[in-house]
Amino acid sequence: MATVFKKPHALTDLPMHYCPGCTHGIVHRLVAEVIDELGIEGSTVGVSSVGCSYNNYLYFNCDMVQAAHGRAPAVATGIKRVHPENAVFTYQGDGDLAAIGTAEIVHVAVRGEKITTIFVNNAIYGMTSGQMAPTTLIGQVTTTSPFGRKPEIQGYPVNVCEMLSTLPGAVFVERVSTHDIKNINNAKKAIKKAFQVQLAGLGFSIVEVLSTCPTNWGLDPIQSLKWIEEKMIPQYPLGNFRGKDLEV
Amino acid sequence: MGEKILMKGNEVIAEAALRAGCKHYFGYPITPQTEIAHYFAKKMPQYGGTFVQAESEIAAMNMVYGAASAGARAMTSSSSPGISLKQEAISYTACAELPAVVVNIVRCGPGLGGILAAQCDYFQATKGGGHGDYRLVVLAPSSVQELYELTVDAFNIADRYRTICMVMGDGMLGQMMEAVEFRDTEEKFETDKSWATTGSGMKREHNIVTSIYIEPEILEKHNLKLQAKYAEITKNETRVETFNCEDADIIVAAYGTVARIIKNVIKTAEKDGIKVGLIRPITLWPFPTAAFEKYAEVPKAFLAVEMSAGQMVEDVRLAVNGKRPVHFHGRMGGMIPTQKEILQKIKEILK
Repeated sequence: MATVFKKPHALTDLPMHYCPGCTHGIVHRLVAEVIDELGIEGSTVGVSSVGCSYNNYLYFNCDMVQAAHGRAPAVATGIKRVHPENAVFTYQGDGDLAAIGTAEIVHVAVRGEKITTIFVNNAIYGMTSGQMAPTTLIGQVTTTSPFGRKPEIQGYPVNVCEMLSTLPGAVFVERVSTHDIKNINNAKKAIKKAFQVQLAGLGFSIVEVLSTCPTNWGLDPIQSLKWIEEKMIPQYPLGNFRGKDLEV
Repeated sequence: MGEKILMKGNEVIAEAALRAGCKHYFGYPITPQTEIAHYFAKKMPQYGGTFVQAESEIAAMNMVYGAASAGARAMTSSSSPGISLKQEAISYTACAELPAVVVNIVRCGPGLGGILAAQCDYFQATKGGGHGDYRLVVLAPSSVQELYELTVDAFNIADRYRTICMVMGDGMLGQMMEAVEFRDTEEKFETDKSWATTGSGMKREHNIVTSIYIEPEILEKHNLKLQAKYAEITKNETRVETFNCEDADIIVAAYGTVARIIKNVIKTAEKDGIKVGLIRPITLWPFPTAAFEKYAEVPKAFLAVEMSAGQMVEDVRLAVNGKRPVHFHGRMGGMIPTQKEILQKIKEILK
């Protein structure tokens, strides 16, 4: 019988621990498919961060390093400088990257470090049970913004791609989503290009992936996909911010 | 051995690291240790290595974590306030069992404090400045020559035990120019780093470097492994200099810059008919308890002299274990204890 669907080699056989309806698993799969297609599993080192994906070093088949909260870009810098021939990626959530790790993500882009960041944005802290993140939407109820995020109290959501795309060292910057098949396919294309940009030695590349958190949003998986489309995308418009026409 | 060269302490640290095969330095400017970064910035290209000026001390130490994960000899350096910022990554590095070297050229605190020499980071270095049950090997040089030799040793100790080694000098040593004699080649401890995340090459299972162990049974087991390693280090790596301790009237405990002052005090005191001994810990952790035990009943009293409010004195008291009184004399804020005031303190104690 012909095989029509299989697990990418770059993923291990371990069952993932993510909640039902969470799109982390999809993003993992996309990264692994890209690693397979580029044939770089043996020369790739991934950096796990702190958040729901803290232990995804168990899910990827390439060498993996676990980093402190927010510090993955600095850790990746050290790894890449020792073995510039390797592909190095960080996998970070919005709490990790856009709050405690703001300095690290900005300066990895300032240096134009030749690494790739997969930035999973679900507008909330998932692992610690649904606190407000810098990316939380105006009006969004979380355990630390129980009356909804109010600009006069908690300020405004941070648009990471727009901010980083002002830096010349960030040569490929794109925001994608996981809310339907078409967008998932686009997400894969962006992730692949981000890795190719790195392999070509052009500079820092980042793909922001809008993702669900049904558990902490208090929505079912289907409602969650709709919530991305209807609530998140207006705040976080999809598209390429930098490097669309780069030849790789 | 080669010829003697006059060099600044901070530059000698960087030169020693290069000679020890460290090709990856990550730093952030802070007085009084920045010459270390200047030296690396200039020299690293010749060695085919990397010098990165990080955005913060936090990032610099995390870069060391990354470079060490990738199997390289890596180091960072800073001074007190910057070392405080590195504590998070130091704890992670200890738990992940990564070999790394951290240099602290101590300045006076607390807070932003001042930029002059002090020894006020002893607690932070030896009792665990970061969270969790871990230890740093802490080497305390007292001359520029020793800055060189102990920096080289730090890399070998780090690799041998997969642990962090700190070279702790002070602003005086870092800024001091003194003759130094380099060896023609350095003995480099060669070790298998098959655990490193260098890329699997599809030839082995993937390697993982981590400091998180969610299962309590596994984390306890990991802690026991770390403790066994620290016991091994204590057994093998404890270093101390004892001087003039036989029949001493009083034994002074001092390290680093202060130990140099004590050697002059010993000469002056001799003229007054007082025999002063010196126990100079070279490793602050592991602390040379045995040297104190050996001489515990020889003098009338012990005196710890430090450029702090009294930190190492606690370990001296533990080591002497009540057999003799242990006194303390210290200066703070960048003030250096003088021979005269130390001698006066000795005379008061012996009165």
